[in-house]
Amino acid sequence: MDTATLSRRPLAKKILAGADDTLLVVAGLGSPNWDITEAGDRPLNMPLWGAMGGTVPMALGLALAQPGRRVLAITGDGDMLMSLGALATVAMQAPANLAIVVLDNGKFGETGNQATHTSPRGQGPVDSGAGTDLAMIARGCGIADSATVTAEREVEGLVADARRKAGPVFRVAKIKAEKLPFVMPPQDGAHLKDRFRQALLGTT
Amino acid sequence: MSAPADWRQRIFELFQQHDIKQVYHVPDAGHGPLIEACQRSNAMRTVVLTTEEEGIPMAAGAWLGGQRSVLLMQSSGVGNTINLLGLTKTLRMPFVTLITMRGEWGEFNSWQYPMGQGTPRVLEAMGVIVYAVDRAEEVGPTVDAALRAAFDGGQAVAVLLRQKLLGFKDFRALGKR
Repeated sequence: MDTATLSRRPLAKKILAGADDTLLVVAGLGSPNWDITEAGDRPLNMPLWGAMGGTVPMALGLALAQPGRRVLAITGDGDMLMSLGALATVAMQAPANLAIVVLDNGKFGETGNQATHTSPRGQGPVDSGAGTDLAMIARGCGIADSATVTAEREVEGLVADARRKAGPVFRVAKIKAEKLPFVMPPQDGAHLKDRFRQALLGTT
Repeated sequence: MSAPADWRQRIFELFQQHDIKQVYHVPDAGHGPLIEACQRSNAMRTVVLTTEEEGIPMAAGAWLGGQRSVLLMQSSGVGNTINLLGLTKTLRMPFVTLITMRGEWGEFNSWQYPMGQGTPRVLEAMGVIVYAVDRAEEVGPTVDAALRAAFDGGQAVAVLLRQKLLGFKDFRALGKR
C-alpha cells in the first residue's frame, strides 16, 4: 500500500531550480542519478552510477573542502540504509553548508522494487518493511535538524531548507514508487570528476 | 613502543608539506600519536569515521572540492573498504592510505590473521599500489613517495606499516587464560 503522494522527478526539479555555481550536488546511484539529470545535467553534478553507500560521505568530504558553497546530497532510502553510520560522521563534523535529501519510496528500485526497511510493516510476505524512520535515525546520530516531508504543501519549505538553511540539514521526502524512464548523464567517472573540478576549480 | 616514536612525527610533517587538508581515521593504537598530532593541528581537518569504508568516498569528495586527504586505518579495516576502493579506479583519483598491520608478525590474536594476511592481495586486486615498511628509517621516504605517486602521479597508494615496525602486544604479559 503506497500512501505517498509526492513524485520524485518534479520534486528534484524544484529542489534544483535555478542551480548556479554555488550549488554542488552529489546524487546516489540509480533513480536519484536519473532524477537530477532530468532536472538538467550540469558539471557541478556528481551523479553516481555505483559506490552504493558512498553518497553521503562523498558529499561530506566535498562540503568540508568547499565551506563557501552549498553541498546537496540527494539519494534514495536504499543507499542511505547502507551508510547510516555516515550520519554520525556528518553530525561530528557539523558542516553548515551540507544538506541531505533522501527520496524515500520504500523500495530498492534498481533491483526490481523490493521493499526496503523503510516500507511499512504488514504489507504481506514480499512488500513489508520495518517502518524504519530515517529522520529519527539522523536525529539520533546528532543531526538535530532532521525531518520528514510527506505533503505537497511542505515542498516549498523542503526546497528552501535544502538550498539555504544552515546545516547540517537532513530531510526525508516520502515519494511514490514509480516506474520512470532512465535519464542518463555521462557514465565515465573520470570524466564526471574532471568536468566537476574544471567547473569548480578551473583545473582537472 | 618498539620503534622510535619520531617516525610518526615525520609522517605528520609530510602531511603538512604535501598540503593534506583532511585526515580520516578510526581509533587505532598504532596511528594514535599521529592522529592526535593531526587533531591538534589547525592546518587539517581530522574526521573520525564509523567504518573505514566512509574514507574512500570522503577522499573522492575532498578531491572534487580541491583538497587532499589521507585515510588512516588498520589492516582489519581494509576489508571494509573493498567495493568503494573501486572509486579510485573509476574516478581515476589520487588516494593515499596508511595502514597499520595486524596479523602478520608475532600477532597474538588469531582473529587478526585472516584480514592481515589478505590485506596486500586485496589492495592489489583493487588496483591499489602497495608499499610496505619494516623499519623506522624507511617510513619518511616511503610515505613521501606515496604522497607524490598519488598527488603528482594520480595513483591510489597504500603504505603498509608492518608489524615488525609497530611491534606486537606481549600477550603473555597482558594476562593469563
